[in-house]
Amino acid sequence: MDFLITLVNGLSLGGIYAMIALGYTMVYGIAKMLNFAHGDIIMVGGYAILVFLSVNPILAIVFSVLFCIGLGIAVEKAAYKPLRGASPLAVLITAIGVSYFLQSLAQIIFGASPKYVIIADLGSLVIGEVSISYGTIITLACSIVIMIALTLFVKLTKTGRAMIAVSEDKDAARLMGVNIDHIIMITFAIGSALASLAGLFSLLRVPTIMPTYGALPGIKAFTAAVIGGIGSIPGAMLGGILLGVVECVCNSIPTVAPYTMAIEFAILIVILLVKPTGILGKKRREKV
Amino acid sequence: MAILEVRDLEVNYGLIKAIKGVSFEVNEGEIVALIGANGAGKTTIMHAVSGLLPKAAGKVTLFGKDVSSTPAHKLVYQGMAQVPEGRRIFQELTVFENLQMGYYSVKNKGGFEDKLREIYKSFPILEERKNQIAGTLSGGEQQMLAMSRALMSSPKLLLLDEPSMGLSPLYVNTIFEMIKKVNSMGTTVLLVEQNAKKTLSIADRAYVLEIGKMVKTGTGEELLNDEEIKKAYLGG
Ligand SMILES: Nc1ncnc2c1ncn2[C@@H]1O[C@H](COP(=O)(O)OP(=O)(O)O)[C@@H](O)[C@H]1O
Ligand SMILES: [Mg+2]
Repeated sequence: MDFLITLVNGLSLGGIYAMIALGYTMVYGIAKMLNFAHGDIIMVGGYAILVFLSVNPILAIVFSVLFCIGLGIAVEKAAYKPLRGASPLAVLITAIGVSYFLQSLAQIIFGASPKYVIIADLGSLVIGEVSISYGTIITLACSIVIMIALTLFVKLTKTGRAMIAVSEDKDAARLMGVNIDHIIMITFAIGSALASLAGLFSLLRVPTIMPTYGALPGIKAFTAAVIGGIGSIPGAMLGGILLGVVECVCNSIPTVAPYTMAIEFAILIVILLVKPTGILGKKRREKV
Repeated sequence: MAILEVRDLEVNYGLIKAIKGVSFEVNEGEIVALIGANGAGKTTIMHAVSGLLPKAAGKVTLFGKDVSSTPAHKLVYQGMAQVPEGRRIFQELTVFENLQMGYYSVKNKGGFEDKLREIYKSFPILEERKNQIAGTLSGGEQQMLAMSRALMSSPKLLLLDEPSMGLSPLYVNTIFEMIKKVNSMGTTVLLVEQNAKKTLSIADRAYVLEIGKMVKTGTGEELLNDEEIKKAYLGG
């Protein structure tokens, strides 16, 4: 029974990592860049909830999602779009710059010390001697629904199909009439919405926030995306869930717990040694 | 009437001048061929015309409109489609999804089924393989898919870049038959090829390109009987 609880916890945490990893992987697949400021959208989402929390929690969540979508689109337009076609290193450094910019801005506005963000007191489900918080269950349920919805969106809609086409061959997609800038904007919007929801669910687990709040989940989710195969949507889901379960299982064993993070990154290294493209990553035919 | 007019086109790759002032036109209803050896600049011209490559100089007019600086994704809405060199189908999508992508620019959703039926009638193999991942098709089937994908938008002008490249003789014949058929049904064709003999035999007019410059032009028949062309491109 204890193990079952740990597993549910792990799946729930994995759902959060998967939601963030999806943003990394979709942006990588479509804009061919590593958006290292992606984790900081989680932090911005958390603070955005704080702004309207005293008015109404639902309003606060809706505001947070919309604000993050706007921010993601604005960052892409202002910082990344002018660098289209520039060297990957220039784009990477810019992304790191955006990350520091967002963190510093949050520190100026909200201060450096942690703040409590108690969205709702949801209580726990008690089964016999064990209990599991409703926050965990809601997170798991929502992340499953979101992942299914995203999969269907990509598979069944015209825009989703264009996203796959762009990630595979930009020029061929342009010849079909696909506006690449438009698809990249939608990708950033989706990624940022998922990051803000990930921020919300993280706050249900641990209700404190500070300017560096997004850094660690950002790194973990990036690791998850690479484990699953960067650029692959099912890969990001798989990698995220795998990492979440490993983290919770390791943390539940006292002698292993101190090494949890080392184990997570060791998994990354082993998988990259065995399959350099990640579990579900495909080696793409180079185009000339 | 010229539906595509290219004037004094120049294209550079960094410091390399790949196209050094090229002019040609394509009239409504024609099959116009651009022939030249490997590296002459045929693909570069195609990509500059379709907006995938920036032009260093020159003017491109499509259906009477100056499209010299129109972004690539807008030209298909004006009736021009391109089958790029190397097919460039979407390998991870199915045959059917590739055809859906070909219809991306068409506003009339209701017309999709009709267009699809028309394509399947011309290429029955694509209907058989409609749910197959496109990357697993043979080279010839991929070329048919690439052509069908371009035809889904019912273009008035079709640009074809070496459609016979790497295909077995049987498929080469099929592809050339298809080009004739598409043209006879009202689509104007600009065809780039190294296979000069077959190309000149179906082309109304042709231009000969050598290292970034047009060196000769004439009707397909004139060029087929031209001694220099025979020597250089038709194997004596
Ligand atoms: N991406 C590129 N960068 C630099 N040079 C290129 C590039 N693509 C083509 N070239 C050069 O431009 C010239 C024309 O190439 P291309 O248009 O592909 O010829 P063709 O299609 O007639 O075989 C060649 O000399 C080729 O080496
Ligand atoms: Mg070529």
